[in-house]
Amino acid sequence: MLEAAWLIPALPLAGFLTLLLLGRRLGEPLAGWLATGAIGGSFLSTVVVLIGLLNKAPAERFYIQKIFTWIPVGSFSVDLGFLVDPLSITMSLFVTGVGFLIHLYSIGYMHGDANFSKFFLYLNLFAASMLMLVLGDNLLITFLGWEGVGACSYLLISFWFDSDANASAGKKAFVTNRVGDFGFMLGTFLVFNQIGSIRYVDVLTSPITAGAATAIVLLFLLAAAGKSAQIPLFVWLPDAMAGPTPVSALIHAATMVTSGVYLLTRLNPVLAQADPWATSMIAWVGAITAFVAALAAISQTDIKKVLAYSTVSQLGYLFLAVGVGAYIPAIFHMITHAFFKALLFLGSGSVIHGVDGEQDMRRMGGLARFMPITAGTFIVGWLAIAGVPPFSGFWSKDEILLSAWNENPALWIVGFVTAILTAFYMTRQVILTFFGRTRYWDVTNEEIAFAYDQFAEEAQAAHLVAAETVDETSTALDKARSDVAKRTEALTKAQNSLAEATNALAESSEGLEGYDKLVKAVEKANKSVPKAEAALAKATSKVSELDDAVDQAEGLVVAAQLEAKRAASRRTEAPTVSPVVTALTEAPEVEAFVDKLPESYHERKEYTPHESPWTMTLPLVVLAVLAALGGAINLPFAKRLQFLGNWLEPSLFVNEAHVTSATSTKWLLAVVAVLGRLAAIFVAFRVYLHGQGNTEQIESKNFALAVTWDAILARFMGGPGRTLFDWMAWFDKTFIDGAVNGAASLAQFTGKELKTSQSGLVRQYALFISGSAGLIGLWFVVRLFA
Amino acid sequence: MMSLFAQVPVSTPEIQWFYLAPILILALGGVLLITLTSVAPVMRGRHISALFTVATGVLALAFLPFIAARLDGLVDPVAGQGGRPAVDLVSSALVVDHFTLWVSGLISVAVILVAVMLDGYLEREGFESPEWYALLLISASGGVILASAEDLIVTFLGLEILSIAVYVLAALHLRRSESQEAGFKYFILGALSSAIFLYGIAMVYGATGSTTLTGVAGSMTGRNAAGLSPAVDSSLVMVGIALMLIGFGFKVSAFPLHIWTPDVYQGSPTPIVGFMTSAVKVAAFGGMMRVFLVGFGGTFASDWRVLVLFMAGFTILFGSFLAIVQTNIKRTMAFSSIAHAGFMLVGLYAAASPVAIGDTGKRAVLFYLLAYTFMSIGTFAVISIVGKKGDGNHSIEAYRGLAKREPLLAMAFTVLLFGQVGAPFTAGFFAKFRVIAAAAQVERTEAYILAGVAMLGAAVGAYLYLRVVVAMFLDVQESPSTEMADSADETLALVEVRALEVPPATLAVVLLAAVVTLVLGIFPDIGSGALAEAALALVR
Repeated sequence: MLEAAWLIPALPLAGFLTLLLLGRRLGEPLAGWLATGAIGGSFLSTVVVLIGLLNKAPAERFYIQKIFTWIPVGSFSVDLGFLVDPLSITMSLFVTGVGFLIHLYSIGYMHGDANFSKFFLYLNLFAASMLMLVLGDNLLITFLGWEGVGACSYLLISFWFDSDANASAGKKAFVTNRVGDFGFMLGTFLVFNQIGSIRYVDVLTSPITAGAATAIVLLFLLAAAGKSAQIPLFVWLPDAMAGPTPVSALIHAATMVTSGVYLLTRLNPVLAQADPWATSMIAWVGAITAFVAALAAISQTDIKKVLAYSTVSQLGYLFLAVGVGAYIPAIFHMITHAFFKALLFLGSGSVIHGVDGEQDMRRMGGLARFMPITAGTFIVGWLAIAGVPPFSGFWSKDEILLSAWNENPALWIVGFVTAILTAFYMTRQVILTFFGRTRYWDVTNEEIAFAYDQFAEEAQAAHLVAAETVDETSTALDKARSDVAKRTEALTKAQNSLAEATNALAESSEGLEGYDKLVKAVEKANKSVPKAEAALAKATSKVSELDDAVDQAEGLVVAAQLEAKRAASRRTEAPTVSPVVTALTEAPEVEAFVDKLPESYHERKEYTPHESPWTMTLPLVVLAVLAALGGAINLPFAKRLQFLGNWLEPSLFVNEAHVTSATSTKWLLAVVAVLGRLAAIFVAFRVYLHGQGNTEQIESKNFALAVTWDAILARFMGGPGRTLFDWMAWFDKTFIDGAVNGAASLAQFTGKELKTSQSGLVRQYALFISGSAGLIGLWFVVRLFA
Repeated sequence: MMSLFAQVPVSTPEIQWFYLAPILILALGGVLLITLTSVAPVMRGRHISALFTVATGVLALAFLPFIAARLDGLVDPVAGQGGRPAVDLVSSALVVDHFTLWVSGLISVAVILVAVMLDGYLEREGFESPEWYALLLISASGGVILASAEDLIVTFLGLEILSIAVYVLAALHLRRSESQEAGFKYFILGALSSAIFLYGIAMVYGATGSTTLTGVAGSMTGRNAAGLSPAVDSSLVMVGIALMLIGFGFKVSAFPLHIWTPDVYQGSPTPIVGFMTSAVKVAAFGGMMRVFLVGFGGTFASDWRVLVLFMAGFTILFGSFLAIVQTNIKRTMAFSSIAHAGFMLVGLYAAASPVAIGDTGKRAVLFYLLAYTFMSIGTFAVISIVGKKGDGNHSIEAYRGLAKREPLLAMAFTVLLFGQVGAPFTAGFFAKFRVIAAAAQVERTEAYILAGVAMLGAAVGAYLYLRVVVAMFLDVQESPSTEMADSADETLALVEVRALEVPPATLAVVLLAAVVTLVLGIFPDIGSGALAEAALALVR
């Protein structure tokens, strides 16, 4: 039955090849089902091999399957072979098991993606590489898998590479991992140099000097720190969350990132021979990473970033465990962590899926009633990671803490505090996501800003209209004024003609010729005067009316200007207004305001968060069961209940640290730890559900810490490398190009012929060569006489 | 006249023509090609010159197994060759042994592959000239002479026959001023380095009184604790070695003599660059190994190998780091070829060590040459295709979207680039692995440092190749020129310009190179027998 071992990596590899050839033709969802089937088959093969191993006596559970001799170079030969023992099969079991669930989940999650089949192609390639890493019977095969998973991680982080951030996150992961890989390569060479073989069988049984062992451990620690995102190489993992969520769950939580721990565990005999400070260093790297990452997790607002930092933190626990020689607790926690962290990631993916791509927890809340299965399973994951008994995380984490106490109480304290922080940030996440008010439909700051922009625009428009009215009325007023002048003139004219007529009438006498005419003229003039007076009065009143209108319009202009200013100032304030709801109530008229909100708001109003399809919830439920009961595989109460410990013992030889503390101490430590976590959960409930305490204070300080840390590391990581490249570019620019340009400009002075033939350049080159010849000759002469 | 000759007894060496077959076939092939195309118009048809060259290369290649068989069948191998089968020819001017055969094989393969890709290239560029092929063949014959020379004068002769033809080839794209500039630079600097090299030969001759490698080596065996036997002036020898190292260092483009490489590679016609990175590099390394390991391998090895160590380290670092800042693919590959030369020098460093490790080192270099010949020819075949008419489309941006437009080509190119990275399951992996392993076996502090530097260089270098791979698999950016095209005609013209013309024969070269890269990566011990024989032939 053990002969089936090769099938474990071969099936996903076959899946990869099939998808490579037929992927596009198979399309959705067939490509997904094929990939899932391949990894499922791999899981079944693992189970078959497991049964084969179980049939043997514990001491004989060791089997090497050689496929072919790959590199025969003199005395050095490398086989393409697989090493089957309890450790590698345990790893394979959860890699294929969790991998199967995540493949299944991805069928739902990636629904409708343009590159659906490509995604599964990568996933299968990843699974094949990961299994090669785990099952390889020598360091080179492990390295192959190591590079393979790294490449897949890089490809999958950048899967949606149309966004720049994703592509750069992929690059960050790539560069950071190269640093680690360098450690791996040097470590492998050192192993070969010391032992003359890189097969695990030889590595694990050959004695080496403490100095060499220490160097090997440190090199592999560098490798492991790169892959498992430990200080100082952890910066890439939080950014890696740019990839699709199932990838985060599979690669960046459950499997690939644990390979550093696996490697160190695999090399445990070497660790045992190294100087104690080297293993202490592993423990402290782990402890400090766990603590710092937990601090950073508190202040994250992105649902996946919390989990990313949490992963870094939990991996720190694993390093802590390996460092103190607690390999079985390390593997135990690795398994339970794979269960609950995959669960949490997939849960967060389900949430993101359910709220249409939103990842900001400030915009969630109260989602439990919309997605009960996701919420229920997520809560199980939360209790597991927080270490609340009897969920799986409690058993594994407390074993690590116990071993830490046994080694060095200071390590225990760091681990204990980290566990409290873990309970706190996870409670925060659960409350922000699933409980409290549903903030999904709340107006976002951007939307408020948009609305205020609308207001400002309207005010601006009103201002323009008012200004136009002012212009219009002013013109009308002028016209009216001239009308008044005209009317006044007409009145004077009329009065004059009246006076004239009256005078004429007085001068003449009745009966005279034309007297009647004059009388009539006077009567007429008499009549026209009041008419003119009335017209004047009317014109005057119109003038005063228009005067008022102008005043009013000018007032409107001022008002509109004011309104525009106010809207603009509100818009600039708006993004800082928090929480968003208050901004809404402060708005002048809610109804009018809502109308002004952008389309995205109205679309969201129409949208109801929903539960995910069964392909997504089924893995959640399975993982929830595992996360809840996973602790049962290694119960501390009796030796025969420690199934995992008994099973792994042959793999880990005799290097497992044995806890010597008294039973009462164990109980005391466990009780203290649990009380601390429960207190943290209680506090988190008070703060985030009941709104007590200043959340900004709690979060911003730590956030600043994390940001600084990230910046320092980014500078450290990006700095020297970048500086080196810059320096090289500078060298190229200054010396090479400088020589070229200098020669060229020299040539410009000396003549056109020189410039066109570029002989200045060649002369420079020739000078360089002759100079080198001189130096090399000098070297020999000096050497001769030295 | 006849009587004059009869009176003066000219002692002509006995020549075993059979063993000279590869050199003769290649050289005569070149001459014949020029003659035939001049006199017979039929020969000027399409593809004829290329076919002729390929046939010549195949013929030269076909002779090798027979020569090998004859060598192995020699009852009494020449004394002084450590009991290894070897034949001294033309009064010890040339030696034919398994090392010669290995180098000849690689050079012939390079000639065949380059001729095939040159055919598509010349057709696209509108040249129909047999001289390209003739020069190729003559240069190749010089390469074989260089690697089989047993006399420093003949070494120099081979070096010049090899180089002068390539100077002309570099400048032969008459419509590109860059090409002529490249040829000019290459010629001036090459002449300088040849002069230095010749000066070195003179020094060595002055000190040892011999120009044959065995003679040189023999005169040095008497070095005593104080230095050398009184007969040999060691300072002269040392300066001579230094100057010859410069000459070879120039040809293999090792730091600090790599300085011409980027300019020349950028300007030269792309298939010719493929020839430079394969045949020229193979020949130069062949000559260098023979001269340094056989001639100077004894007493002075500990002196020059330290220098090779430094050269190797700096060559790798310079090549790898400077390649990263390039934006032109030919410049990038030029620096990459510098880095590869550095790796081969690492192997040469190991080869200069005592016997067992020395053999590992020699085998490592020879394997590296084999792997790099295929990888670099394939790479430059792709670059030649993507270069388009005018051979100027060489920015890395030009590779964007290649995977979508030409999936087969992109796939093969990916394999070749991964090979150059040194990714597992490719020939490049074993090439790098073997030189680094050989260096590590020297078991000296500086050797470990060199191995570390080589690994660092390999890690850094990965970036430059992967950059091209990533570009190929990215989508094409909407080029602004299409948006600006007003009329349908203009758009059509643009599309036409953008379409790639993939000659099937060139594609076949790329595919073959990719397949070989993979096969050697999975079954690295193919041909290991010949490799071991070739390495063992270099006995000092």
